This record gives sequence, structure tokens and C-alpha cells, in this order.
Amino acid sequence: MNRTLRATSYVAIALMLVFVVMAFLVNLTPLGENTWLRVFFSVSALNFTLRASVPLILGALCGILCERTGIINIGIEGMMLAGAFAAFVAKTSTNHWPLMSSLLFGVAIALAVGGLMGLLHATFSIRYRMDQIISGTVLIILAGGVSAYLFDRNAVAQGKFGAIAIPGLSQIPVLGEVLFTNPPLTYTALILVVVIHIALFYTRWGLRSRACGEHPRAADTVGVNVNRFRYMNTVLGGMLAGLAGGFLVLEAVGQFQEGMTAGRGFISLAAMIFGNWMPFGAMGAAVLFGYTQALQNELLLAGVTTVPRQFVSMIPYVVTIIAVSGFVGRVRPPAAEGKVYETEGGSE
Amino acid sequence: MNASSLRRFGQVLLIPILAVFSALLVGAVIMWIFGDDPIAAYRGLWNGAFGSARAWSTTIRKMTPLILTGLSVAVAFKAGLFNIGASGQFIIGTVCSVAVGVNFEGLPAFIHLPLALLAGVAGGVLWGFIPGALKVFTGAHEVIVTIMLNYVASLFAAWTVYAGGTQGQTPGPLWDRTAGAISRTPEVFMSARLPWIFAEPYRIHWGVAIALAVALVMWWVIFKTTLGFSTRTVGANAKAARYAGINVRWITILTMMIAGGLAGLAGAIETLGLNHRFAPEFTGGVGFDGITVALLGQTNPIGVVLSAFLLGALDAGSARMQFDSGVAADIIQVIQALVLAFVAAPMIIRQIYRIRKPGDQVEATVFSSGWGR
Repeated sequence: MNRTLRATSYVAIALMLVFVVMAFLVNLTPLGENTWLRVFFSVSALNFTLRASVPLILGALCGILCERTGIINIGIEGMMLAGAFAAFVAKTSTNHWPLMSSLLFGVAIALAVGGLMGLLHATFSIRYRMDQIISGTVLIILAGGVSAYLFDRNAVAQGKFGAIAIPGLSQIPVLGEVLFTNPPLTYTALILVVVIHIALFYTRWGLRSRACGEHPRAADTVGVNVNRFRYMNTVLGGMLAGLAGGFLVLEAVGQFQEGMTAGRGFISLAAMIFGNWMPFGAMGAAVLFGYTQALQNELLLAGVTTVPRQFVSMIPYVVTIIAVSGFVGRVRPPAAEGKVYETEGGSE
Repeated sequence: MNASSLRRFGQVLLIPILAVFSALLVGAVIMWIFGDDPIAAYRGLWNGAFGSARAWSTTIRKMTPLILTGLSVAVAFKAGLFNIGASGQFIIGTVCSVAVGVNFEGLPAFIHLPLALLAGVAGGVLWGFIPGALKVFTGAHEVIVTIMLNYVASLFAAWTVYAGGTQGQTPGPLWDRTAGAISRTPEVFMSARLPWIFAEPYRIHWGVAIALAVALVMWWVIFKTTLGFSTRTVGANAKAARYAGINVRWITILTMMIAGGLAGLAGAIETLGLNHRFAPEFTGGVGFDGITVALLGQTNPIGVVLSAFLLGALDAGSARMQFDSGVAADIIQVIQALVLAFVAAPMIIRQIYRIRKPGDQVEATVFSSGWGR
């Protein structure tokens, strides 16, 4: 890890501490009467941040899984949208089931369809050697087209995941409300960050996956089936993006709207780069982007009219541009990304 | 044209034609699976695109901006850059040309119209310069920056025409004061409008001539000038280009500026020729469709014109298709995605139709070399 990155992580941790302290002060003391402080640190702003971050975290994890093995994935947006639409169709067609089983069925279908999108991306880019960026674009257009074509505008999904308070922890003031009183997919996303970090850096599977992205020839030499790993991880990644879509429909919004992912797949991609292709880094970046969305929301709720609302809405996108241009030179993508791997003598 | 160049021409056209054919076929299968009648749909599509003089005029009208956004994406491809930002550049071009068009009353048309067109181009150039410069100086990948700029552009455009709303916000600077609660600009003055070639009911304006002329110019620039040669060299192999003494950074920025300018011109023409005003719902998907147009046209300006014609026809026919057969017009987007997939992976087509790989292969577009440079 180089010095800039270490400094960045220290800054991130320090910022988080400041936030926790400020959140306590604003929500428990008379400081909370200040409108501006409430915009920045109220429990509702922090809750909104987490909710907005979940799809970004899952999307970024999808990107990490794909890119660590050498497959560029700009199709996260399409995978997410496909997952969202699949979850919606699954939910509306099982509205008569008990709520929980209907919702879980929605999650399962979102995972399956996301995985299929991943398989499509892998097939295009490995088997048919399509340029990986174009393949991602195809997924985006395809998901938009298919979901619009099949969308039944009269269908209504009934019910969504509710919050589950974790006994004990949820009693902590402020923190309990923000972190330990959430619906199930939010917990899942946070747990997945830890799981994928451990899997990538402390297991044989992770070592082999990373080898495929850094030096496929070397991996091949020691007997790793590079393309099999690439297929597998792209499908897994697709499932995560599908889950992000499922989150939007089954947990956040409760319904499907055309194009409802609204650029979240692309912002995830930026979070992945900003987070240096590391699960925790990407989570930090995703939370930052989520926070900008929360700010936008809180400013509107507080009725701040000095800044036109369209400019407030630009914040997440502008922050993304700044993040990508400020950090890309200092982070390092997997070396063999985007390149087709052919075993020696194995090409057609 | 002698026999060998004729054969080469056939080879170049073969893959795109088969790609379109296969996409329509797969589209038909999808419609059939979901209980729609593909034959009725395609009959409606054909009638809507080519069935009458009105249909033809719609096709030409839809083709016009696609030529320019297709060129925008194609030019960037030539330098190894992926411009997903044509839609943002289109929007900024629209806003800038409207800003000139609704001001300066009384200016003679021969000054006002070129000024408005130029404003659109300038807006697009600026919107292309940002990702180009960021790529060169910070290494930010143009794909992410242009996508983000698309969102920024539509929000900015929405602000310029914003009607104000209930919370007492100030309305945007271009808002039409007579429109009440509707967010839109006033119509541009007559002196800033592109004249009709065929007036109502055909509504074909001189923009189509401009677009075709620009395509010819771009063909000349890309294949017959030093600048075009440098651009293609950078796209083929940036390292080699640097050793050959080409200023890769400058070419990168310049290419993005040209790409932006072309998409901006598309926005200006669409506004000054057809809509005569801007409202947030006019943004459309012509920028994104430019990607399909560029790849289907093999990033060659002449090919771009042909594929813009095809996609324009698909777009023109889709409304009639939905009306006649009840098939949702969104299936067209599915077909476009399939066209894109088949063109970008000629291997699929070759496998299905058992075509041997030609000896002198058309240069493939490869630019996913990772996020840095």
C-alpha cells in the first residue's frame, strides 16, 4: 500500500470519527436546533446515506469481482436494472404468497437474472472477444429495452422489506438507529463487504482470482483455468448487481420505474475506482456518494431555496468526476484488465 | 470500381447487413415468445418508415441528428476514445443554440442563424473538452466522466428552463414567461430558424443537408488529412504514435472537442430546424443511439450515414408499429442492442452463417485497455 493511500485511509477514519461525534451532538443536544447542522448530521440524513449507499456498495463489489479477474464491467447499470425488473416481476406475480416468502422469491430471481446478465457479459467478452466496454454498453441498452418492453404499468408490488432491530445494539442512541435498525438487504450488503474482502485476500480462490487479473499467463502456468475464473467471477458479480436492483425494488422503493437505477451502476464504478479495487475502500467511497445524495435530499426537505434544486442534484455526479480525476492516477487497476486471454496454441 | 475493390466493399457490408437481419430475427422471436405478432409489428414498422411520402419524411427527420451523434462517437473511436457523452453534448448544444435563438431580436437571419448554430457547436466543444482534458491531465477515464457529464448536462438544461415551482424558487434564465407552470423556453426567433426544404406536412429542414455535408467533411478529414492520420495512429497504437512524434495529448483533447462539437451541432440543428424551443423532455436518446450508429457504420463516416438512415427508419416506424399492431415501441431498443452486439462481435455472425474470416480484416475497434493510460 503506498503512502497516499495510507494517508487517505487515515483521513477517512478521522472523518468518520468526526461524523459520529457530530451526529451524537446534533441529535442529543440543543445543537440540533440549527437548520444547517440538521441538514448535515441529523439521524434522517445518516439513515438516508446508508440507504443510498447500499446499491452503490453492491454495485462496486460487482465491479471488484469482475475487474479483479480482468473483466471490465461498465454494464453494472444494466445488470442492476435487469435485477430490479426481475425482482418486480417476481414480486408482483407472487403478491398472494405470504409477504416474506414472496420477497425472498423476488431476491432469488433478482440474483438469478443478475447472474445471467453476468454470464452474457462473460460470454460476449471471453468467447466472442467483444470489446468489454461495448459489451457492457450492450447490457445497458438491452436491460433498458427489455424492461420497458415487458413492463406492465398496472402491476403493483404489495409490501417491501421492513426494518429488523438487532436486539441490544439497536438500543444505543443515534448509532443504534442508524446502523442496527435496518432492513435485511442492507445488513447483507455490509456483511458482503467483509466476506468478499476476506475471500479475495485470504483464500486460495481470491489469490487465484487476482492472479487472473494481474498476470493471467503466470496463473495459467501454475494450472489456474483463467477463463473459468473469469466466467465464474463475472457471474457472481452479476448476482451482486442483481441484488442491488432487488434492493431498489424490494427494500427501498417498493415499485419498479423505467430506468430507475438512474446512473447508480456508473457511480458504483466510480466508487470502485475511488476505493482502489478494495472492498472496504469501495464501501467508503460508496458511503461518500450516498452522503451527497442524502445532502441533496435534506436540503430539499429543509426548503433551502438559495441554491436551485437542479444544482443540488448535480452534487453526486460532480463529486464522482472530481473523485475519478483526483484519484485515478494514484490507484492501480488490475494489470491484465480488458485483455482477452488465450492459452498458448489454444486460439482458433 | 474494379472486381477486387468490389469484393472488399461486399465484405465490409456483409457483417452489418447480417447483423441487422439477425437482430430483427431475434427480435421477432422475442415478440413471439411474449405473445405479440412479429409479422404485424414489422409490417407496421415498414409502413411507418417507408410506406408513404410522410413516412419517408419522418425517417429522414429522425436520421438527421443520428448522423451527427453517430459521427461524434465514430470520430472518438478513431482516436481510441469511447464517447458515451454524446447525449450530454447534444443537450448543451441545444441549450446554447436556444439561448442565442431567443435573444437578439431583429438580427438579420444570415447572422442570427449561423450564430445560433455556432453557439450549439461551441457548447458541445466545451462539453467534449472537459473529459478530454481530464483524461490527459489526470488520467480520469472518459467513459465515467462523459456519463457523469450527461447527468450534469440534463440537470443544467432543466434548470435553464425551470418554471420556478411552488416553493418560490427563481425561474431559470431561459424560461418562457407565458408558459405558466410549464418548464420550457420560448420559441426561437424566425431569423434563427433553419428554413424548410419541404414544409408542412413533411417538415424536412436544411439540417439534413448540413448533416450530410458534415459527414463528407469528416470523411475527408479522417482519411485525407494529416490530422486524421494522426488521430487514427493514436487510436491504433498510442505508444507508437508518441514515438512517431505525434502529440498524443493534444490529439486526445482535440478529438474529444470535435466529437463534442458534432453532437452539439446535432442539438442545435434539431432545435433550430424542428422543435424551435427546448423543453426537458426533448433530450431523447439520440446521443446513446449514436454508439450503435457509429459501430454499425464501422466508424466510417459514409457507413455512419447509412446506419443513421437505418436507425432513423426503425425509430420512425416504431410509433406506427405500436399503433397498428399494439406491440410496445420499446422492442426497437431491444433490437438496437442486438444489432450492437452482433456488430461488435462479428465472430457470432461468422459462426452462425459460417463465413470465413477475410484476409484483409477491417480494423477492429479496441479501446478497453483498462482505466488508466
